[in-house]
Amino acid sequence: MTVEPTPRQLSAMQIDALREVGNIGAGNAAIALSQMVDKKVDLSVPKASLVPLVGVPGLVGGPETTVAGVYLSIAGDCSGSILLLLEKESASSLATLMVPGEARAVPELDVVKRSALQETGSILSGAYLMALGQLTGLLFKPSVPGFAMDMAGAIIDHVLVDLASTEDYVLVVETDFMVSGVKILGHLILFPDLGMLATILERLGVPFE
Amino acid sequence: MSEVVSVGVAELKVSDNSLVLASFGLGSCVAVTMFDSLKRIGGLAHVMLPESRGKESESAPGKFADAAVERLLAEMVKMGARSNGVKCKIVGGAQMFEVPGSHKLDKFAKPPESASHIGARNVGAVKSELARLKIPLVGEDTGGNYGRTVRFNTSNGEVEVTSIYHGRTVL
Repeated sequence: MTVEPTPRQLSAMQIDALREVGNIGAGNAAIALSQMVDKKVDLSVPKASLVPLVGVPGLVGGPETTVAGVYLSIAGDCSGSILLLLEKESASSLATLMVPGEARAVPELDVVKRSALQETGSILSGAYLMALGQLTGLLFKPSVPGFAMDMAGAIIDHVLVDLASTEDYVLVVETDFMVSGVKILGHLILFPDLGMLATILERLGVPFE
Repeated sequence: MSEVVSVGVAELKVSDNSLVLASFGLGSCVAVTMFDSLKRIGGLAHVMLPESRGKESESAPGKFADAAVERLLAEMVKMGARSNGVKCKIVGGAQMFEVPGSHKLDKFAKPPESASHIGARNVGAVKSELARLKIPLVGEDTGGNYGRTVRFNTSNGEVEVTSIYHGRTVL
């Protein structure tokens, strides 16, 4: 028997706490990104929300939409995984900032650009995890990044398999980066294993009731 | 145009009407389609994991390969299909990430099998179930490292596969 998931709502306090983590994490990430591209990076206040797994492809335009995904699994005090999804245009602009050259549609990005995106994803996810670790006192160890550019549904499939028997809700932190006038929209998605979210919220002082 | 009915992750749907059963953006998941060409009954299961290990779930009949294949056949027979007249086509089972992203850092925790070869294991599990139940496999588009969308026409048994990198094929 599988245990039916109980849909959970985050309280306003919990959302604030997670957004604050997102803020600090995104701040770290923006500094890292700024150093990499040698340009000024502005970022918006991230939005944090709990989204059912099946709703994740909808965030980036549906399961058949082409997206770039960077995937890292997390070990340490809590396990889970983290996925950065970039819409096609954002992935393309980001890749071009990193590796100047002709901007091209995502499926045709060359190896160097793919690699640059993979590395960026790793740095952004790492910066977020570091903030989360500092604020909670928990240790999160990210794995090496995996990279794919394909249908959003297919990329999320991969993550789902890892989580199949655990949580049915994921934490999504939406961030907007502005890099010298170019807007880059990214979704950083934390897929917590069973109990991870509760542990994090407890450490942040805003436990589930 | 036939009506398109989406079959989501771990779902299983059977129809004796002429419609299109579709699964969008399959990665390591496998779409198992079965068709009885005489009775014009078709079914699709969206398989996610190879083995149920006794954890079958009513709410997710298509989740595990071993349980889903038998269940799909049973549902089709219940609708009037001939148990010895059903043919199968399978699609999906890719490995989306080249780097073993699911490999937990602690290398002693468990072998890196969880998600890294799950696509191939899903395909293998479906095939061994098909062999056990003596269901002929007449079409296959599996493996690789790219996502696929499947549209299965239950009026003629055609399975259309589309992907970003490899265009369109019909099984």
